[in-house]
Amino acid sequence: MDIIERETKARTVDCKSAEKESSVQIRVLFFARARDLTGLTDMLLEVSYGSTTQDCLNKLISRFPNLEEIRECMVLALNEEYTNESVIVEEKDELAIIPPISGG
Amino acid sequence: MESNGGATDVSSIRSEIETLKAAKSDIEQRISVLEAQLRETTINQQKTDTVSNGTCRSISTVYSDNSHGLSPDMIYRYSRHLLLPSFGVQGQSNLLKSSVLVVGAGGLGSSALLYLAACGVGRLGIVDHDVVELSNMHRQVIHTEAYIGQSKVKSAAAACRSINSSIQIIEHGEALRTSNALEILSQYDIVVDGTDNPPSRYLISDCCVVLGKPLVSGAAVGLEGQLTVYNYNGGPCYRCLFPTPPPTTACQRCADSGVLGVVPGIIGCLQALEAIKIASAVGEPLSGRMLLLDALSARIRIVKIRGRSSQCEACGENSAFTQDQFRNFDYEKFTQSPQFPLPLKLNLLSADSRISSKEYKERVDNGEAHVLVDVRPAHHFKIVSLPNSINIPLANLEARLHEISLAMKEEEKHKGSESSSGASVYAVCRRGNDSQRAVQYLHKMGFTSARDIVGGLESWGRDVDPHFPTY
Ligand SMILES: [Zn+2]
Repeated sequence: MDIIERETKARTVDCKSAEKESSVQIRVLFFARARDLTGLTDMLLEVSYGSTTQDCLNKLISRFPNLEEIRECMVLALNEEYTNESVIVEEKDELAIIPPISGG
Repeated sequence: MESNGGATDVSSIRSEIETLKAAKSDIEQRISVLEAQLRETTINQQKTDTVSNGTCRSISTVYSDNSHGLSPDMIYRYSRHLLLPSFGVQGQSNLLKSSVLVVGAGGLGSSALLYLAACGVGRLGIVDHDVVELSNMHRQVIHTEAYIGQSKVKSAAAACRSINSSIQIIEHGEALRTSNALEILSQYDIVVDGTDNPPSRYLISDCCVVLGKPLVSGAAVGLEGQLTVYNYNGGPCYRCLFPTPPPTTACQRCADSGVLGVVPGIIGCLQALEAIKIASAVGEPLSGRMLLLDALSARIRIVKIRGRSSQCEACGENSAFTQDQFRNFDYEKFTQSPQFPLPLKLNLLSADSRISSKEYKERVDNGEAHVLVDVRPAHHFKIVSLPNSINIPLANLEARLHEISLAMKEEEKHKGSESSSGASVYAVCRRGNDSQRAVQYLHKMGFTSARDIVGGLESWGRDVDPHFPTY
């Protein structure tokens, strides 16, 4: 059910973009511990059409396995708004990975 | 003047300074209490005078004794607040009637407290159990050098009183625990979290949920800061956002990771701002949003965060987190990290694989052929290091093992190793934990005689060379 739904959605997106591209590029922003673990403040990430934020996270973790450490403890924001892991990302979206800081 | 009696002179001078300082602080405390009393009595006096003398005592007192209850002194002190159309008399009155508790008189608490005292929060509480240290001074701007070694609560309270003697400052010179948190927090309208560790953050958030208090939460480490208001107007609590505590490896502390002093200062100011807005019922508090400060790139981002989670263990619909549950909750166990972090003391090696800093010094003095590997990160090494040590950070040890072998050969050639075993290898770090990890690895890689220096450079500074800098 879920899968079919997503497939249809992906296909409509494909049609709309008229076979232009089969992938989208998003910008990923890293904060706090995520910066230490990746050594980056931000990066461009290419994922296939219809990818969810969860797919993006998985892809990031496969590139930076250390990120697994904070997987369970972070705020995930898409375009400066809270998001859950099943939202589909679009071209030029900005995905922020925000683990908590506790220093003071 | 008399050179022979120098030693006793110095110690008697020191002890007299101490005595006088203590007396001075008592006197200052007493003066501030009396001043506050005087203010109070004058105001009451004025009120009775006005009443007994009817209408004609003086026009100004009649004006001052109006419905908002601000005395002439208060009107003058807070005049720039009163002149703000969006804040005005109502905002200031609300503020003066409110009470705010600041947990932690550190980097965040310093600036938060200074502004909260200055702006006229009626009752201001401070919780801290720590003492002021020299390494606090670069960011904990509420404390002065004169208070080094003394309680932070006392120091912060004195600073607040010297800014505003007309408000009530309450000292809670104890650590916040499940046993006293309910009692302390319940005395205040608003809680400001300026603590520095995960268990305290969960403890304070849960306590605010149980008591229904808004929580102004700030955090800062390195060059980054975070700010949000929890448990306010149906917004989320700390647990809604972070139901699972961060793993211990992810917890950066200022004492280990460093922090640019002004960063917690900025976040602390913003915490004061949010607390003032809530207390005065002016403006739109940062609830349901999180502010992220990136000092290095001069960027501030505000991210919309999730609303209250119905599944939240603390504030969710089905979870009535009671006062009893709170009292019995083990926050250190939950977060797997200590609320009052002592320097970690690992014990990974057997005694014969370790050496004290004193013993190491003797071996150096005896001209023993050896290589000293300092396994701290390079930027630590730049702060201070022991002579003739080579810096190979623990993280790079695997890739740079050959450098140790090379240095050993060099040393053997240079010193002419008398013993068949050749040059020995010692590992050192800041406090003696990473050096043990390094030696464990070196043993595995065939450097079987490698030893670590117990207690690291800290012990060198303590037991061998008191002039060696600590950081
Ligand atoms: Zn919650």
